[in-house]
Amino acid sequence: MISIGRIGAILKKELLQLRRDRMTFGMVIMIPLIQLVLFGYAINTNIRHIPVGLVDQDQSGLSRMLVQMVGTTQVVDFTQTYATPQQAQQALTAAEVRAVLIIPPDLPARLVRIPAIGAAPPPATDMASARPVAQWIVDGSDTMIAAGIKSLRSMPLTELFRQPPNRVVPTFEVALFYNPEQRSAVNIVPGLVGIILTMTMIMFTSAAIVRESERGNMEMLINTPVRPIELMIGKIIPYMVIGLVQVAIILGLGYLLFNVPVNGSLWVLLVVTLLFIGASLSLGLVLSTIATNQLQAMQMTVFILLPSILLSGFMFPFDGMPGPAQAIAQLLPATHFMQMIRGVVLRDAALIDMAGGMLWMAGFMVFGLIVATLRFRKRL
Amino acid sequence: MTISQQTDPEVVVSTAGLTRRFGPKTAVDAVDLTITRGEIFGFLGPNGSGKTTLMRMLTGLLIPSEGRARVLGVDLPGKPEPLKQKIGYMTQSFSHYRDLTVTENLDFAARIYGLPRRRRKTRIETLLQRYDLEAQAHQIAGSMSGGQRQKLALAAAVLHEPLLLFLDEPTSAVDPETRRQFWARLFDLVDGGTTIIVSTHFMDEAERCHRIAILETGITRIEGAPPDLMAGLKANVIEVTGDQLRHAKDLLDADPAVLSSAQIGARLRVLVRKDQADPEAHVAALLHDAGPVTCHRTRANLEDVFVAATGGGAARPAEAAA
Repeated sequence: MISIGRIGAILKKELLQLRRDRMTFGMVIMIPLIQLVLFGYAINTNIRHIPVGLVDQDQSGLSRMLVQMVGTTQVVDFTQTYATPQQAQQALTAAEVRAVLIIPPDLPARLVRIPAIGAAPPPATDMASARPVAQWIVDGSDTMIAAGIKSLRSMPLTELFRQPPNRVVPTFEVALFYNPEQRSAVNIVPGLVGIILTMTMIMFTSAAIVRESERGNMEMLINTPVRPIELMIGKIIPYMVIGLVQVAIILGLGYLLFNVPVNGSLWVLLVVTLLFIGASLSLGLVLSTIATNQLQAMQMTVFILLPSILLSGFMFPFDGMPGPAQAIAQLLPATHFMQMIRGVVLRDAALIDMAGGMLWMAGFMVFGLIVATLRFRKRL
Repeated sequence: MTISQQTDPEVVVSTAGLTRRFGPKTAVDAVDLTITRGEIFGFLGPNGSGKTTLMRMLTGLLIPSEGRARVLGVDLPGKPEPLKQKIGYMTQSFSHYRDLTVTENLDFAARIYGLPRRRRKTRIETLLQRYDLEAQAHQIAGSMSGGQRQKLALAAAVLHEPLLLFLDEPTSAVDPETRRQFWARLFDLVDGGTTIIVSTHFMDEAERCHRIAILETGITRIEGAPPDLMAGLKANVIEVTGDQLRHAKDLLDADPAVLSSAQIGARLRVLVRKDQADPEAHVAALLHDAGPVTCHRTRANLEDVFVAATGGGAARPAEAAA
């Protein structure tokens, strides 16, 4: 029923056209290359060097030492000094700085002198005297930056009083598996595979059928014995290969530039990636049968791409999203792939562990192919 | 005519009341046709007369709103897929891949029609030679001239040796010399037993067809072999020469016996209803005030048939019909 020869004909034609289309061919290589280098270096969820201001109303050796200690955390950089808290607030409004440290004039009074160890914050049990030593006013609109400042809230002041740091017994012991150094690139690079594949795969195929109509080839094609399913499969296969090349570029460069290891089996990686590529391509084909020109196809690609970036867990943790958002995100192949590629690359997850997501992606691919085939009519 | 009963193998296409509407507009209106094997059948008509729509219905691309057709034994509307392997279709505008070479385009067509590997190679070589495309074999189709592109399109359409070939205005964008060569190839195909349906709005092209149907606003105005149509024209053709032809034309157009008049160079070609006695004298009398003129009767050509059947004759189709 389905002719391998006709699929081969479509496949060969697509490859020839792709070879002639230098721009597209270049994008296949350049999109993953440039985006990996760009995002790998740029995206950093560890907050460092936030520009902040200072209002020092104490002007003592103690206050200077406090400022120095805060600076050495590297969380903030003191770039401005203001005379009064009012000025500081204006500077915050004008976005000169993201936060300001206000040291009150009675800084020494907020510390109690304990004869044995000198000055120290008063015991918290002393309701009368236990006050914070200084105040941060923060532009809280960016929650990430606010969280960075908040992390300073209970920084130890032992150094301030030239005393050996006490051995602190934490409430919890935290063992960080898979990314002990907490480097963002370890999370970003595998995620980028999902984003770039979503973008290029859907983009290429969403234009695939529309282009045949736009360039006037469709009238010829539908007069031939070619079947819709043969056309769809023939158009998908070259892009599967392209997708794999892109994955190889991202993970290979990720290893070389960002030292992101591929811990899992390459076979598992191949299976997972092919499923995701297949799902993205069939989604693109469905879009292609809906769009009437390439611009519309492009708009629909963006419509899919944005939630794939924002909801899939690439940027923000999937588990932190509210239920309905998670449900929507679950519809996108990118969400499942994001969990799976991170699983394979970082945790050496086995296929059986990801059976649910894989089944869903396989189903998505088959469903998409069927919908695209049914929607494609050999009529005018 | 009931088409389901016709079993004559010589009949390639037959239609009964074939109609297609697009919204309120009727593009093809109750067309009855019978096309037999080995003939070149022409659809002649102005733009928008339903030629392309009719062709698309016969290839299964469009579903008729009403009526039926039987093409190569396949009933339409129905399952047109088995038909695809047996027909060739050359679209009005070039519909092969402009970013592929001639050979690549032909190879694509050969694979799509499932030609075996060895046959594919010999067939493409034969076609390149026959359609004079050997020099362009590796040229990108988009960079070729209109005439070369049409030859490529024809080669691709006949590659799988279809029994029935549809050509939608095949030579509307090529020079007369290329058109002549093109038609020589068509007659080669007919000799090989292919039936050809061609749409055109060129008289010289229509004249080459074995039979033609003149279409206007979706209706078959007249049908037959061009010589028969010319002989059976229900009008006399008068050629007028004179000094004030434009004024003469105005005078003639006002007369009910004059079907149409058209200036061709220094002459005026006038169609006068056949029931008008002594047409030369009638025309001369009408032009009494238009200075000295000479009138003489001449033979009808296909354009006269076309004009009589459409336009001026449109309101009187029964008279125009031969």
